[in-house]
Amino acid sequence: MSRLKLFLPVFIFLVLALMLWRGLYLDPRTLPSVLIDKPLPDFTLPTIERGDHLVSKMDLPDEPFLLNVWGSYCLPCLQENPILMAAKEQGVVPIIGVNYKDKINLAEMWLEDNGSPFDFSIVDEDGRLGINLGVYGAPETFVVDANGVIRYKHIGVIDYQSWQEDIMPAIAAVKAEAAN
Amino acid sequence: MRYLSVMANSCRNKLCSRFDIARRFIRGQARSCGTQTRRLGHNLVLALLLMFAAVSTHAAVDAFEFETDEQQQRFRTLSNDFRCPMCQNTNLTGSGGGVAEDLRREIYFMIIDGKTNYEIEQFMLERYGDFIFYRPRLMAETVLLWFGPLIFLLLGAWVIAGIIRRARPQVQESAALSDAEQERLRKLLEKIDKQD
Repeated sequence: MSRLKLFLPVFIFLVLALMLWRGLYLDPRTLPSVLIDKPLPDFTLPTIERGDHLVSKMDLPDEPFLLNVWGSYCLPCLQENPILMAAKEQGVVPIIGVNYKDKINLAEMWLEDNGSPFDFSIVDEDGRLGINLGVYGAPETFVVDANGVIRYKHIGVIDYQSWQEDIMPAIAAVKAEAAN
Repeated sequence: MRYLSVMANSCRNKLCSRFDIARRFIRGQARSCGTQTRRLGHNLVLALLLMFAAVSTHAAVDAFEFETDEQQQRFRTLSNDFRCPMCQNTNLTGSGGGVAEDLRREIYFMIIDGKTNYEIEQFMLERYGDFIFYRPRLMAETVLLWFGPLIFLLLGAWVIAGIIRRARPQVQESAALSDAEQERLRKLLEKIDKQD
């Protein structure tokens, strides 16, 4: 027993080392979203494209789609734009934008300059829809299923790798479900 | 050189360092200690002024008007206890981030609407998860977080108690003499007395 006690510091060290080792590979920037498998929040907001017409959850596609939170001030949004444009051209899924805490004229200019991958962009000027979506900064991208339930959330820029490895599989899974 | 050391000694009480004086001495612009202390005083006043300036700009951030002091107090406590999801290591009060600003506004409206603290906490929890709480809730996952320090304290106390318990018998053995030893000591002392 007393001999086992001698190994106590080594044991404590091993436990600590294991925990810290694991901690090295955790990204503190990626918060687990509590909204996965929850329906999208309600909203009634204008869009960039449709003038005075207000949209709500009823206007969203009744098939799986991407909800992309963006802003003209947001450099990573510009970075991921070509990938979203390609997805639109290939007709992967409809993409709906949430223009988060932006100025509408700047957003319009941004879409003109860079091209719009969005069917339409919901204008969330005061960031309230963003709060209800648990957004804490653009860009964030949600994979929503045919029933309007959030199934996957990607935080930060979508690069080619995350598109291939995270988002496409999530879309494929939701689409397969919708087909059944 | 002697001048330098004299000055340094007389200055020490007045909070100016030997280094400062040496530097000034070398530059040939030695001033009296009084000036240096007075300058220190000026800097202190300036620092204090800046401190208050910082406080007043901070207060200007909260441009919300409350009906009662109690509401304002609740607003302060709540925004202090929620973490900013964007800037991560600051609370909502201290964060200049866009989300923090929006969340403070939401808290304000919920307080004005008569929502309880519990309802406001639930609102945050439903959207941002446990991360939002600077004071983690007591759950299975956070038991170690809450009581870990206590466990370590008890562990430490146990180790210290063990050390003391082991050390005490040795002290007693070495200090106290047995009856036989006591007798021997008495005889030896008597012998010394007789020799004198």
